[in-house]
Amino acid sequence: MLGIHPQALLLRAQRAELISNNIANADTPGYKARDIDFQSVLESQTARQTNAPRSLSTAGLRQTHPDHLSASVTTTNNETLYRTPTMPSLDGNSVDVQMEQTAFAENTIQYLASLRFVNGKIKGMMSAIKGE
Amino acid sequence: MSLLNIFDVAGSGMAAQTVRLNTTASNVANAQSVAENPEDTYRARYPVFQTALHAELDGRSAQANPVGAGVTVPGIVESQKDLVVRYEPDHPYANEEGYVTYPNVSVVEEMANMISASRSFQVNVEVMNTAKSLAERVLTLGQ
Repeated sequence: MLGIHPQALLLRAQRAELISNNIANADTPGYKARDIDFQSVLESQTARQTNAPRSLSTAGLRQTHPDHLSASVTTTNNETLYRTPTMPSLDGNSVDVQMEQTAFAENTIQYLASLRFVNGKIKGMMSAIKGE
Repeated sequence: MSLLNIFDVAGSGMAAQTVRLNTTASNVANAQSVAENPEDTYRARYPVFQTALHAELDGRSAQANPVGAGVTVPGIVESQKDLVVRYEPDHPYANEEGYVTYPNVSVVEEMANMISASRSFQVNVEVMNTAKSLAERVLTLGQ
């Protein structure tokens, strides 16, 4: 109903968490900065969703067994990649705070953009319901 | 929810930098402290930073949440650098040859450490502020 944007929002939030983790560990020896390739992860997530039957994907997956996987968007370990360090440091830390800050700001803007899209969809539906 | 996890992550970063700032303050304050025995002389202290994982924090498996959960300070180590020995025969704590043992604190290093810690703290505050404003925007969704 809201298109790709709710998924994009979840992924953006997850990326924000990853980057904030990089920033928090800027002084941790041996820590390697990580990030996700947003486009490829979103593609795989939407592919997973469109492969599911339409009725199920719109209603949300029903979990009839405790071992069933939930349908929520989560990145897995193999989707978080390590950054290539631009200036490797002696203690094995690969965090460049300036770069992480830029990535965080960029991600924030994109999060706000997705949020605005969702908001627009909701507003459109509201005006359609009210018929004003 | 990921956005609220950022508070934990940035908070752990701020806490770790505060510990670092605390050790720096202690080192600078004790830069000239002498003790009667050279063994009791103050040694520079430094925190050890380590990446925290979600599994440690809330018992969930690391597989379920591969994103780390900030930074922890598992301990504080004392510098094993040589202590500074100065010839001050009039000092009450001078030994038979007239030498006094001073701490191995380098004030210049400590100042650099302090600036680095305060900058890292500021960045974490910035991250937390951004996460907060994003969460507020989500709350006003559809209004």
